[in-house]
Amino acid sequence: MFAHFRPAIVLLMTLTIITGGLYPLGVTILARMAAPNNAEGSLLIVDGHIIGSHLIGQNFTDPGYFHGRPSATTDVDPDDATKTIAVPYNASNSGGSNLGPTSKALLDRVKEDADKLGNIGLIPADLLTTSASGLDPHLSPAAILTQVSRVAQARGMTEQDLRLLIERHIIPRWLGLLGEPIVNVLELNVALDEIAPKSR
Amino acid sequence: MTFQGWIQIILFFVTVIAIAAPLGAYMERVFDGKNTWLRRIFAPIEHGLYKLAGVSPEVEQDWVGYGLAMLMFSLAGFVSLYGLQRLQDLLPLNPQAMSAVPTDLAFNTSISFVTNTNWQAYGGETTMSYLTQMLGLTVHNFLSAATGIALALALIRGFSRQGSATIGNFWVDMTRATLYVLLPISIVAALFFVFQGVPQTLLPSVEATTLEGSKQLIAVGPVASQLAIKLFGTNGGGFFNANSAHPFENPTALSNFVEMVLIFALGAGMTQLFGRMVGSARQGWALFGAMAILFLVGAGTLYWAEAAGNPELAALGLSGGNMEGKEVRFGIVNSALFATITTDTSCGAVNTMHDSLTPIGGLVTLVNMMLGEVIFGGVGSGLYGMLLFAIIAVFIAGLMVGRTPEYLGKKIEAREVKLTMIAILCLPLSILGFSAIATVSAPGLSGISNAGPHGFDQILYAYTSATANNGSAFAGLSANTFFYNLTIGIAMIIGRFAFIVPMLAVAGALANKGLVPPSLGTFPTDGGLFVGLLIGVIVIVGGLTFFPALALGPIAEHLAMIAGTSY
Repeated sequence: MFAHFRPAIVLLMTLTIITGGLYPLGVTILARMAAPNNAEGSLLIVDGHIIGSHLIGQNFTDPGYFHGRPSATTDVDPDDATKTIAVPYNASNSGGSNLGPTSKALLDRVKEDADKLGNIGLIPADLLTTSASGLDPHLSPAAILTQVSRVAQARGMTEQDLRLLIERHIIPRWLGLLGEPIVNVLELNVALDEIAPKSR
Repeated sequence: MTFQGWIQIILFFVTVIAIAAPLGAYMERVFDGKNTWLRRIFAPIEHGLYKLAGVSPEVEQDWVGYGLAMLMFSLAGFVSLYGLQRLQDLLPLNPQAMSAVPTDLAFNTSISFVTNTNWQAYGGETTMSYLTQMLGLTVHNFLSAATGIALALALIRGFSRQGSATIGNFWVDMTRATLYVLLPISIVAALFFVFQGVPQTLLPSVEATTLEGSKQLIAVGPVASQLAIKLFGTNGGGFFNANSAHPFENPTALSNFVEMVLIFALGAGMTQLFGRMVGSARQGWALFGAMAILFLVGAGTLYWAEAAGNPELAALGLSGGNMEGKEVRFGIVNSALFATITTDTSCGAVNTMHDSLTPIGGLVTLVNMMLGEVIFGGVGSGLYGMLLFAIIAVFIAGLMVGRTPEYLGKKIEAREVKLTMIAILCLPLSILGFSAIATVSAPGLSGISNAGPHGFDQILYAYTSATANNGSAFAGLSANTFFYNLTIGIAMIIGRFAFIVPMLAVAGALANKGLVPPSLGTFPTDGGLFVGLLIGVIVIVGGLTFFPALALGPIAEHLAMIAGTSY
């Protein structure tokens, strides 16, 4: 057993330096040279202000914006550190609802949100379900289209113009094969602010 | 289910088939010490390491020595990782000022990473400093995977050698696996992920002002470097709490595809390495075939269940399958496929929240793990697990015709079968034993977050995942308590070491034996009959043992769901 002591310690230390030091630092340097914007989190900067990240969804409540999916992320309750409170799209504490399919809490939440939508026929599932990360930046085109009349009204735009804008923001499957057609909600809303600024 | 969906599943699996043989061939050259172009770069480093460590690479070990070296290395890794977590508040590279990890959580996490489980009772971005993520967690992603490869090599040598007292040198196998297999591909994969949008930075979290004017603190960090080895080493421990569902840890459909291929790559490649080392590619493809069939059945079932969705949500007007706990960019098919792959192997990375899967979807993930992670499996551990099942399969075939069983020319005798059964039985012992304790004890029950049968699923999933060294979770379970940190930690130790030690004893016994020349009565182990028998043994051992527990959990839940019940 003790014959193995030295190789165990020495190889642990040296391989730690290689795989835990040189490897991540080397990748960090290469990433910084090759794709600095990606390496720092694909930040979305408008007029010198950091608005967010292209890859991270945001919580939208204004009727003039398209809203993303419900988010189950939480944060520590500022009044009681042993409790958590709902903070949607908290990009410092990702996570899902972890509600099972027979959960009353899940069914009640979806029913409440569905009632708010009114009668719109079949509801695209992604519109009323929480994502796995709580930070999903995307919606399906169908889920975006359910919001057109509300946004058009709030912005004083025609639904026709809005649909054309959405059309341009649909990201197709990769090479027509992988993934699903999606719309980045934050990017769509930024574009919306550019072509039809809200009267504040 | 859609045509588009099936195309993606087929495309994935064709890619895995295509890379299996080249990877196997490359690994054979590496572990034989033959020349590869990487050896020209790394050979001086490799020999420098041996010199420093006092290792003579040409001196081999018997199975006891090999096992002791492995245990000593794991112990040293456990101690250093524990210390690093306890001291992280005093060490550099801690921009978010994380405090020291509490004792029970640090204990659980150290075992978790040393055993290649990567069960996470913590949220990465809220618990671990950058230094701990790099110098602790990333390192053990490499070393526990390299250890798995070394152990598989030891068992393969049991079959490929005759009359040999030794089964290789642990230090050499482990070092070569790290330097020539895991590291180079991780570097390439990490850079690819950065191009897809995965962050790789030592800067602190970014504060943004959102379009609606509120503050959003965005956690970043050295993610890409850990992501690559998390998948390629079938580790699965995420940088972020949401793991590969987090847009920073899996930004696009393409990154998702590459992540899935990386998870299966070494498991598939190991079957080909095995075929080459025992001198018959067909033997390797036979194991690959059994794995492939089990994978495709699981993937198809899970995809069907998630696409069919939750009838209770459909009654409220929702259409398009079960999207709770899934990401839109992956959709139903890539979420179902990832969930299958990550539980077939001992990876445990997730791109969908398994807690919110449909009951049948959850059942598939549970069964995949209960079968012992042999469907391509963990790096190395998938192959040695599968070989133990092959021993049982030829033993049963031998019983049926009344003949001493043989596998690859080695007589399988009472000693090997007994040792194999010890290894295989520790799985149900730990899974069912701990689940039973947690289900009847107050600290166990207090962790449940879903009422009804799903609550039992959460407990069963936790101990299955821990014992199978998978690491995924029904994450609603509050597992960061003293009770769960301790019992899940013990389950991980049993699942790893109580399996490995008898397996190494089998390797040692087999290496010592001579070859029996094949005769007319030899049961061919490279054909369809053997593949069918092997699948039968795996399913019966897994299925029968766990069926009562599954009936109480996911099956009861499925019946409740279609009856419209909620809890």
